[in-house]
Amino acid sequence: MATRTRYAPDRGLTVRMTATMFLLGLVFVAFIAAIIGIGGATHASTAVIVLFAVVLGGGAAIGSLFYSDKIALRTAGAVEVSPQQAPRLHGIVDRLCALADMPKPRIAIANSPMPNAFATGRNADKAVLCVTRSLMDRLNDDELEGVIAHEMSHVAHKDVQVMTIASFLAIVAAVLIRISFYGELFGGGRGRGGNNNQNAAIILLALMALSIVVYAISFLLIRLLSRYRELSADRSGALLTGQPSALKSALQKVSGDIAKIPTRDLRTAEPLNAFFFAPAMSLRGGKSLSSIFSTHPSLERRLAELDKVQRQLSQQGR
Amino acid sequence: MGFLDALLGRTKPVQPKLDDLFALPSAAITLEAGAGFKPTGSGSVCFRPVEGRSFADVQKDVQELLDVSSGQEGGLPVEVSKDSFGFTWLVSSHLSDELDALVTDLHAVNSSLVDNGFGPQLLCTLVAFRDDQERRLALVYLYKRGTFYPFAPLDGERRDNALELQVKGVIGDDLKFEPDLARWFPVWGAPGL
Repeated sequence: MATRTRYAPDRGLTVRMTATMFLLGLVFVAFIAAIIGIGGATHASTAVIVLFAVVLGGGAAIGSLFYSDKIALRTAGAVEVSPQQAPRLHGIVDRLCALADMPKPRIAIANSPMPNAFATGRNADKAVLCVTRSLMDRLNDDELEGVIAHEMSHVAHKDVQVMTIASFLAIVAAVLIRISFYGELFGGGRGRGGNNNQNAAIILLALMALSIVVYAISFLLIRLLSRYRELSADRSGALLTGQPSALKSALQKVSGDIAKIPTRDLRTAEPLNAFFFAPAMSLRGGKSLSSIFSTHPSLERRLAELDKVQRQLSQQGR
Repeated sequence: MGFLDALLGRTKPVQPKLDDLFALPSAAITLEAGAGFKPTGSGSVCFRPVEGRSFADVQKDVQELLDVSSGQEGGLPVEVSKDSFGFTWLVSSHLSDELDALVTDLHAVNSSLVDNGFGPQLLCTLVAFRDDQERRLALVYLYKRGTFYPFAPLDGERRDNALELQVKGVIGDDLKFEPDLARWFPVWGAPGL
């Protein structure tokens, strides 16, 4: 039985996201191929270095995935709350979970002066949803529901897993940059001549250059992917509640307020940015430049996408 | 929800399962025999309204439809109320022995919403019961899971968990019960309870 649906996926967004993930995969393959090229042509010790970087980077990625809930809660200074302590919040989450047929996440509240929310945890069963006290104070119930639906969409989309896997390449590249940099210093400092030593220095230099390029490209692609996933979460969240305008007004309140808070206070929150509802860091400088580097799309872009959802939902007939 | 949908961030709203609701009248007989709870005749459908004209029209049509059907039998009109979470409840009231008619009414709401493409907005349906000591009990049907769970509120936002588990024991075989107790979420102050 074909069920009638008003909830068509956004093709353009899907295509752009697929393209971004494809490019990330391509960079990964090219990186591996180039490393094999360098290693095979010259020196066996390169392989050892790369293997070390992959193990270290992979370990860091897996570790951060498995402990993502604990790390994030600790960093945000959040405390888990029971239904008795926060009945409103639990009520909203209960209903959204029943609507979306998802297991209920654990719920935490952070005593932070900035209005924000994030969801983390390695899968839907281990998910933790955290909102700040200030978010609950500033938003009304409809808006709070919109924000929570956005975060639950992150959980449904497995964004923590996807972004961790996407970041793996950048982590390995970053580790390689370090290793080859210290290798250069170390090798140059000894200065005991010899053709072999000089050769190794060149290889390390090539490895470092390659890693820097890969890191830069993958960094930009990850940020792009993150922005697309924010738009997806906005969209799915608005479709879940059926109230895109509540999410829009929440975005306006939160983004407007966050931009006003000085960045000094927010530095501790920066590592968490990828999972926040709104970015905690306001980038100054050129608009076009900051938009390439930011983890979240601009407010205008997010509002425009929600307008599309609004039109879709109010279509007469089908 | 497929792996690809998650990967591409395009999870779809979940369509409701409607059929299992019709098992309710026969389970109510078992419940009365086994635990002494009788249906009060009132039941409600809870859904999350969608903003915009289209949904408002559908909701109006549903209300008119139910009003007409209850008007013919001399029943009470359908009550509409909005709870503090922004969800809408349509309460249909019948006599306590008209559980079949009640379920038919509830199903009419479901199918109107589904037919107009708003199936994913359905949250739960609730049928109220009482026993001789005036203890309140509701059987809640979760649309997305197609399962039931009992909800027995006490005064002051507490639930009678012992009674709920007892009810599960009595009619657990007649109805598809929600196995995950974490999903037995409370519906405090639900209209018609």
